[in-house]
Amino acid sequence: MKAPEVAGLLLAFVARLITGAQGHWYGCPPKAEQRIYFANHQSHFDWVLLWAALPRDLRGATRPIAARDYWTSSPLKHWITREIFNAVYVSRQRSDDEDPLEPLMEALRHGDSLVIFPEGTRGHAADPAAFKSGLYALAQAFPDVQLIPAWIDNVQRVMPKGEVVPVPILCTITFGAPVALRPNEERRAFLDRARAAVMALRAIH
Amino acid sequence: MGSLRSLSVTQQVGLLFVTLFGVLALVTLVAFSGSLRESDATEQALVDRFRRDLRAVWAGALLFWIAWASGAFVSTLVFGVLSFLALREFVTLTHTRRGDHRSLLLAFFIVLPAQYVLVATRLFNAFTVFIPVYVFLAIPVISAFGNDPKRFLERTAKIQWGIMVCVYGMSHAPALLLLDLPAYAGHGAFLVLYLVMVVAAAQIAQEVASRKLRRRPVARAISRSFSWRAWSAGLLAAALVGALLYWTTPFKPWAALAMGFVAGGAGTLGEFVMEALKRDAGVRSWSGRPSVTGAVGLLDRAAPLCFAAPVFFHSVRWYFGV
Repeated sequence: MKAPEVAGLLLAFVARLITGAQGHWYGCPPKAEQRIYFANHQSHFDWVLLWAALPRDLRGATRPIAARDYWTSSPLKHWITREIFNAVYVSRQRSDDEDPLEPLMEALRHGDSLVIFPEGTRGHAADPAAFKSGLYALAQAFPDVQLIPAWIDNVQRVMPKGEVVPVPILCTITFGAPVALRPNEERRAFLDRARAAVMALRAIH
Repeated sequence: MGSLRSLSVTQQVGLLFVTLFGVLALVTLVAFSGSLRESDATEQALVDRFRRDLRAVWAGALLFWIAWASGAFVSTLVFGVLSFLALREFVTLTHTRRGDHRSLLLAFFIVLPAQYVLVATRLFNAFTVFIPVYVFLAIPVISAFGNDPKRFLERTAKIQWGIMVCVYGMSHAPALLLLDLPAYAGHGAFLVLYLVMVVAAAQIAQEVASRKLRRRPVARAISRSFSWRAWSAGLLAAALVGALLYWTTPFKPWAALAMGFVAGGAGTLGEFVMEALKRDAGVRSWSGRPSVTGAVGLLDRAAPLCFAAPVFFHSVRWYFGV
């Protein structure tokens, strides 16, 4: 076993020890199909939790999105995101000639699954913020990729803003039924429907 | 009995485990052959529940064996991990606020390991007062530094109570294993087994009695099955089993009866209290199935032991004056 693999297993073990990281698959089974998971975003831990909740053989092909300027700024951060998570890097600065979604499209063309947080930033309210349009663009460009909503629960209690050490509290990730883009569906209508699908999972237990 | 007493301690304990696993294997075999028959839905639900409980008993017995076979260090470690998992479940179910973060860190990463270190090193006097005296004063102080006066007493009480049940109570199980009584050295496993059997007898008898008797519940809002009559049946069963097992313990028969009474009573009342906690947290069913928080019901199963172990432990120490 190589170092990144060992580090990955260790990280998943720690995540499970502290939060349980239980995945509840309600609307779909954990299968090795090409998927885009989209979830609510409340904490830095969200990605690690969702990743640890996936079966081990799905983790390798499921990639997070990482901001290039931050996650390549030090060798350690770069190593973690590149070697353990195989992250897709995006740049936060917009330039006119470049589509910010292009790296994601590239990964999807390559056959990988993605995890995205369509709110764009971490929210602190009870309900997730309105979704950004990236999800819509991806759904249009890749109609064959399943869009799986996920609700991450309790994670804000594990590590409140400003704290460094996490408190052990059980968290769950509930995966719902795939959401597909309907023919001629408006952008806003689709994004609201996707957000409602994520929020509906909160009530399922 | 005479031939049993002439065996060495290791042989006696070995015999204990052979018997324990033999009985378990037999019960499992019978349960498995019974499950091959056709049965209706309600019967099936009962069978499923029984099988879940049986699996828990297997896990408990194996854990008990590992704890015994691998000595003081590993046995305290095993119970320490159980304590950690139970406390994690407890904290998940109670509503803590941001200001509690530091207190919770203290509970998980300092108090819990320290308590088990005290057990492993057999510092029983320090072990007895460490949590009720020092930690109980430290927790509100740390919480106050959290700068959040909202529902302060309530939040502090919840953390303290969680530590009391999940850490303090649970840590008395390895303490029993390590307790050296006069002329009873190395027999700690029998004390733990005695405790578990007595508490289990009380729970089972209470469950059966509440089904058969259908008495008016004492507190309907908390438990529909808990009645004084059923509870007394549980107590009686515990005392009886305790007296029957007196030869495995350092007690005289009447003392074994009384110990069974005390431990069984504490255990079933612990179960009742957990029921109240469950209701408060809005958990409908606990054992065996993942619930609201993904908790798997470890707390539910451990609670009777967590209540009975300290009471039993201190009764034993008081009885022998050690």
